[in-house]
Formats: sequence, C-alpha cells, structure tokens
Amino acid sequence: MARIIVVTSGKGGVGKTTTSAAIAMGLAKKGHKTAVIDFDVGLRNLDLILGCERRVVYDFVNVINDEATLNQALIKDKRCKDLFILPASQTRDKDALTKEGVGKVLDELAKTFKYIVCDSPAGIERGANLAMYFADDAFVITNPEVSSVRDSDRMLGILASKSRRAENGDEPIKEYLLLSRYDPKRVKLGEMLSVEDVQDILSLHLLGVIPESPSVLNASNSGTPVILDEESNAGQAYKDIVARYLGEDVPHRFIDEEKKGLFGRLFRS
Amino acid sequence: MPSNSKPIPLNSPAFEFKSGIVTTPVLNLFSADINVITHQLNEKIKQAPDFFTNSSLLIDLQALLEQELDIPLLVDAIRNAGMFPIGIRGGTKEQQQAANTLMLPGISAHSSSTHKPHTTENQVSRLPPVAEDTEKAVTTNIETTVIAQPIRSGQRIYAKGDLVIIAQVSSGAEIMAEGNIHVYGTLRGRALAGIPDNANARIFCSDLQAELVSIAGNYRVSEDIIEPERNAPVQIYLSKQAIIIQNT
Repeated sequence: MARIIVVTSGKGGVGKTTTSAAIAMGLAKKGHKTAVIDFDVGLRNLDLILGCERRVVYDFVNVINDEATLNQALIKDKRCKDLFILPASQTRDKDALTKEGVGKVLDELAKTFKYIVCDSPAGIERGANLAMYFADDAFVITNPEVSSVRDSDRMLGILASKSRRAENGDEPIKEYLLLSRYDPKRVKLGEMLSVEDVQDILSLHLLGVIPESPSVLNASNSGTPVILDEESNAGQAYKDIVARYLGEDVPHRFIDEEKKGLFGRLFRS
Repeated sequence: MPSNSKPIPLNSPAFEFKSGIVTTPVLNLFSADINVITHQLNEKIKQAPDFFTNSSLLIDLQALLEQELDIPLLVDAIRNAGMFPIGIRGGTKEQQQAANTLMLPGISAHSSSTHKPHTTENQVSRLPPVAEDTEKAVTTNIETTVIAQPIRSGQRIYAKGDLVIIAQVSSGAEIMAEGNIHVYGTLRGRALAGIPDNANARIFCSDLQAELVSIAGNYRVSEDIIEPERNAPVQIYLSKQAIIIQNT
C-alpha cells in the first residue's frame, strides 16, 4: 500500500521543496520506491533542486490532461534507482490541476510506488489544497518564527478539515512537525523561538529539527539534495528524519548549541 | 420677541441621519396560502387587538424557501387585519420587486436565530455579526458541544449551546457559542460566548492568552488582558456590561 506524504507549510520560503527533495531521496536510498511530485505549477523548482531540469520533457499537467503517459513524464534520478520525479509545468497555472486529475495520477503511482511525496506550493489555495487532499501523512515545515508558526497552524486546520480522509471520515492525516532553519545560538539569545515554544503553540509530534546551514543553499545551487551531503548538519538531520519516519528510534540532534547539553534537554520533559 | 419664534438660521442643520434600531413584530411565514394566513392572522389579532392594531410589521419570507406567494394579496390581508407592513425580508427577487412597487423596502435577510439586533448605546464595544461560512460544530442536541481536537488558526467553531474544548485554541481561531465556553487548554484565539445577547454566559479557560474574549457582544482585546489574569486559569463573565476576568 502506497503512502502519500504531503510536504506543506502555508508560508513560502521555509524549505518545502528542499525537504521534499531530501526526504524523497532519503526514502529511495533506504530502498523504497519513491515518487516526488511538484505541485507548484507555474513556479517549477523541484527539478532544479534535484538536478534534473535538463531532462524535463512532459510534466504533471500533461499527464492530467492525458497528453502524456505517466511513464513518459516521470524522470528517473541518476543517483538513486528508486527515485522518480514528476515535474510541474512551468507554463501553466494552478487551475490546470483538478481533483479528479490529481487523484487519477496518484492512483496510478500508488500501483508501483511505496512512497509518493507531494511538494506543496505555498499558500492555501488550489495547488496547496490539492497537494494535501489525498495525503496519508503530512510533514509540516515551520521556521522558528511567529508568522511561519501561525501559517503552519492554519495549514494543520486545513489538513484536519479539508482532506479526503477528513471528508470520508477516515483516520485523520498523520501530522509531523519539521522545524527548519533552526539556530540554537539565536534561540539562546532570545531571537528565535525554541523547539519548546513551537511545540507548545502547535502541539504536534516533532519529527526533527533541521539546523540553519550554508550547505542547503549550496545543495540547491548544485542540484544535489542536501541529504546526500553527509558532512553537513542539515544532511544528517534529514537522514535522521527519514529514519524516524520509518520507525527507527533516533535521538534528536541539533536542538542545542553544544553536545553536552543535548541529553539533558532531550530527557528533561 | 419670545425665543421660540426666532427664525432658525438657514445654515443650521434641520435634521440628521442616524442609524437607529427599533423593535417590531416580525411575521415569519410558514405557509404561502393567503386564505390560511388571513384566517390565522385575524384569529391571532382577536386575542390581543391592542397589541396588534396599528402596529408596524416586518414580513419575513425566509422560511418559505422561495415558494410562490402573491405579495399584493398578502399586504392587503395584513392591512385589512389592522397592521402596517413596513418591509419584507427574504423571498425571491420577484417577491422583493412586488413589495417595492407597494413601497415596501427589502430588508437584508439574515438568520434571526443567531443575529439579533443589538442596542445602539453599546455599539462601540460590539462585534459584527458572525459570518455565514462558520463551520458549525456537529451537535445532536443543543446542550453541549465537546471537541477534543486542537482548534487551529483560521478555524471557526459555532455551538448552539455550551462549547467545551479539551485542547488548545490557536491564535487566529475563533470559537463561538450561544452558551458558555470552556477551554481545557491554552486559549490563544478568540472566544465569543453568549451569542448574541446572553449576558449570563461565561468563558472558562485553563490558560488565558486570548486575542479577544467576548460575552453577549461586549468584548476585551488581548492588549487589555494583562497579568495576573493573563497566562492563568480564569473565568470571564459580564457585570453591568463590563467584562470581568477573574482568576480561578
């Protein structure tokens, strides 16, 4: 049974596409056949982050409109045989997406893939709503600042009320919190919300903290998902996140500035 | 010259427009049969002629759900019964037009059960009526609505009776009840109890960080909620039109 994961946030620029690329690659590296779909029709980015922009022929909208088959549109990653990318159309807008069309594509993907990662656009409009509508799990990305937290909260409300699972009265979407661009130094100085603050506001299960890291920008520019950069903190954080999502018991890292404080913080509550 | 015959200067205002609120009987129609309406209306008026005769009357067609109804006949029947129709609410476009030709204005329709008019003197501290797209909480009876999920930013909950939330209410969320509101969690959003005019309603919460609290339209905003009531378990009630927040 395929599992549909939506990566969402409400606010823009918090790291949805970076995260989608990283966890899709992470799941594929663990040997799970994974597809990642760019729902940001009109503002296509995922192909750049994954470094396959030169191989885009057909896109998501072509498949929805039956102008291409799914196999024609899916791009196989060169680094990992289990990762496939379905890029967005750059020339269309979000109105090209229909609930029936998206449902049809997801159903077809579900036949062969274990995980389907939906990279949601920012906002709470059509693209974002369709990205989350069919989801089983939601990765809610939040930056440690109030506007991002509030937008995530709004998104959580929509996940709980407007998804297919909510409409059918099924078990609700499983929601996970990912805190990105976290800087323990600035938290200590009171310039940034802490993990506790964010969890207090959102009351959500924390899947992982991704530290602010220059390697994220480098990875984006070079078209290599940051999870492949095993030297970087951000890459390791995403690796932990994938492992935790798959049920492994991995202790949280990157929450505190120094390692010695880590365990105290972790086991305090 | 006696002062009362002094001519009024031409440039001094002879009148002013103000919005005022009057109470008037509303005739909620459930039947479109003029004969039945006429008969029952006359029967009713017979019971209390002093009350009804020469009284103004608002005709409300909302419950008829756009059934056909002869407006001139209805107006005649009401006038013959001794009352003065002053306007029409609800109904189809055609019915509204028919009323207009009889010099009866259309009054904007809203659900009278949730939006009763409020008095003008408190208007400064009153809230606009609840929007129609409110997500109504599912209630089987109008006693109490219990919700165990967090109420997220942007969500709106409306309860016909009491509302009990066993989770947090996020900032940007709005919870409303015609009765009391209980929040067993942090209240960061807006809480409006006693909608529209139940001054006896109260709000109870275990951690008050609300953006706004309101009872029967009287409200207090976050800026005016300070320590020691802030971040503390409290009850909120109305006393002489003033919001009282009390630590519990």
